[in-house]
Amino acid sequence: MYKIVEKRKLNDNVVLVKVDAPFIARKVLPGQFVIFRIDEQGERVPVTVADYDREKGTITLIVQTVGRSTIMLGEMEEGEFLQDVVGPLGLPTELDNPQRVCVIGGGVGCAIAYPQAKALYTAGVQVDVIAGFRSKDIVILEEEMKAVSQHYYVMTDDGSYGEKGLVTQKLQQLLDEGVQYDTVIAIGPIPMMKFVSLTTKPANIKTIVSLNPIMIDGTGMCGGCRVTVGGETKFACVDGPDFDGHLVDFDELMRRNAVNKTQETHDREHCRLRGANNG
Amino acid sequence: MANMSPIKNPMPEQDPNVRARNFEEVTLGYTEEMAIDEAKRCLNCKTMPCVAGCPVNVQIPRFIQLIADGKFAEACAVIKETSSLPAVCGRVCTQETQCESKCTRGIKGEPVAIGRLERFVADWDMKHGNHQIEKPVSNGIKVAIIGAGPAGLTCAGDLAKLGYEVTVFEAFHKAGGVLVYGIPEFRLPKVIVQKEVENLEKMGVKIMTNMVIGKVLSIDELFQEYNFQAVFIGSGAGLPMFMGIEGEGLSGVYSANEFLTRINLMKAYRDDYDTPIRKGKSVAVVGGGNVAMDAARSAMRLGAEHVYIIYRRSEEELPARREEVHHAKEEGIEFMLLSNPLKIHGDENGNVNSIECIKMELGEPDASGRRRPLPVEGSNFAVPVDTVIMSLGTSPNPLLRSTTDGLEANNRGCLITNAGMATSKEGVYAGGDAVTGAATVILAMGAGKTAAQSIHEYLQSKFHA
Repeated sequence: MYKIVEKRKLNDNVVLVKVDAPFIARKVLPGQFVIFRIDEQGERVPVTVADYDREKGTITLIVQTVGRSTIMLGEMEEGEFLQDVVGPLGLPTELDNPQRVCVIGGGVGCAIAYPQAKALYTAGVQVDVIAGFRSKDIVILEEEMKAVSQHYYVMTDDGSYGEKGLVTQKLQQLLDEGVQYDTVIAIGPIPMMKFVSLTTKPANIKTIVSLNPIMIDGTGMCGGCRVTVGGETKFACVDGPDFDGHLVDFDELMRRNAVNKTQETHDREHCRLRGANNG
Repeated sequence: MANMSPIKNPMPEQDPNVRARNFEEVTLGYTEEMAIDEAKRCLNCKTMPCVAGCPVNVQIPRFIQLIADGKFAEACAVIKETSSLPAVCGRVCTQETQCESKCTRGIKGEPVAIGRLERFVADWDMKHGNHQIEKPVSNGIKVAIIGAGPAGLTCAGDLAKLGYEVTVFEAFHKAGGVLVYGIPEFRLPKVIVQKEVENLEKMGVKIMTNMVIGKVLSIDELFQEYNFQAVFIGSGAGLPMFMGIEGEGLSGVYSANEFLTRINLMKAYRDDYDTPIRKGKSVAVVGGGNVAMDAARSAMRLGAEHVYIIYRRSEEELPARREEVHHAKEEGIEFMLLSNPLKIHGDENGNVNSIECIKMELGEPDASGRRRPLPVEGSNFAVPVDTVIMSLGTSPNPLLRSTTDGLEANNRGCLITNAGMATSKEGVYAGGDAVTGAATVILAMGAGKTAAQSIHEYLQSKFHA
């Protein structure tokens, strides 16, 4: 059992929980994920770790409340327990000494982009953040992102906050202005990651995307998280979750991630990416 | 007086038409009378050929004689001398290729139903036996077991009996490995696995779930920081194989591992669990092993109208147990033999809507000794299906070998061990699918047993040299 030591709502559909998980907190690195279960009947929900405190033995999870398990998580209080938390899973993000990085977060994807920005910024890398949201009321982690970046740009679909437009428009603008990024990290809805990758392709800027497809065990057993990368079958849980955005077959991934949506069984979708599509 | 009937006492079963739609156990077990009658078929051969066929060396004629005498508790004690999971083995062991294949009665007629008798005794014991388990006196030496499947649980049990302080690290949220995620409820009720695990805990074995060794802790950390003196790796099979044909990325294509895990471990068939699963109306299972049979029969139980087994060789070469094939056929599974998938077709939304196959014929024997299947030109045909389950085997999990220095694997990724299950790294032993690639529960148990003995010898020489 894993105690919730802190919990707050970041917006109506996104909840932050800090969980007591000392083994995981000791080891986890940016880019890695955990799988949690709220109770015996719950789904195994994969979510990338948003932050961690090695001293206190806690990890922070930021979750969009879209399915039964995540909605119930949103209802839980500090002092209550999660049934299971397993991790850290997947490979940490690998970067070869970049000088200037653009970190792009879409909706709740900002929760996963944040530890990346933080790690890079702390290591002395110049970090620009572009955060995209549907509208002002769901903007999350603004202060946190500002604290770990040289420039922070917020984009909203309806223009109710920051600039009106898509993250790719801002990225294109920055590239056109001559900003030289050696790496772009994009985390958010699959279409966003797809179009960011298309934007960086002409200039051949290394682009890392973080995938979170449907999976069960997270250790390479079920094969549910397979993605086609550069024509080869890869497993997001052991080969990822980070992949080269220029090689991922995003269209196939979008179809596969929509599987549970059309399931006959009452849909208890757990994938954060689908949730992020709305953000 | 020996019972000279040439055939086994049949075991009562649920009616096929009923059981094909429920997840309750298919076979119901012998009554006491049936068990005694069957036990009397044993000739109690002095040479005990059956024992030689058992990977964990169960003293078969001895326990069977005790059943014939109605001494069920004593019979169970004999089995437990060497086997830690009798109720499991009695159900899922491939007796027909092991103990029963060596039975003298099998020369003329059917062998003694050793498996059914083992199951009877184990079930009798669960119901009526004395379950006082004494915790052995600890010798204070810590051993870590990675993976709570058949290999790991067996190794843990044997070492605990010898007084070691055993901790089992399990990646999933529940102990049991393939016994809980792979083998369906209707072949192996999970309450039985749960009981066996509880018995180990009573013996002092500590089970830590949600611990992925290689990620959360390395093997070197287990030695250096947590003071374990030996490690056994029973991490099981890993990545499921796919065919590499077009359409495997479509929605509705599962690996057997994923499909079965959703159903067995995560109880997708029950309304009180949240696990989503596709309840296909028409399902193709590609492959002919026991796992394929489990997947097909599970799909039928979820309400499918048609479930096909698609296998590229003929019935004779099906790797599944005869009994499983027989049960599957009784339940209405349709066998498309000598057929090989070429492509999976999808609709405009990316959902599976058919699988295209080609007819095969058997040619000359290949390296495996089986006749090589060859495609028949122009014999393509499509089967309308909404779900495809790939059951083609697995390759070992790379997690431990990639995070542990000095752990050698062969070119298929299987850990290399000597006959005593010692790996290339001192103090580290391994067994089960992690070493052999996908194999059987009983072979994994045998390996766990051998490893426990080797670990015992290693630690005794280390601490009492």
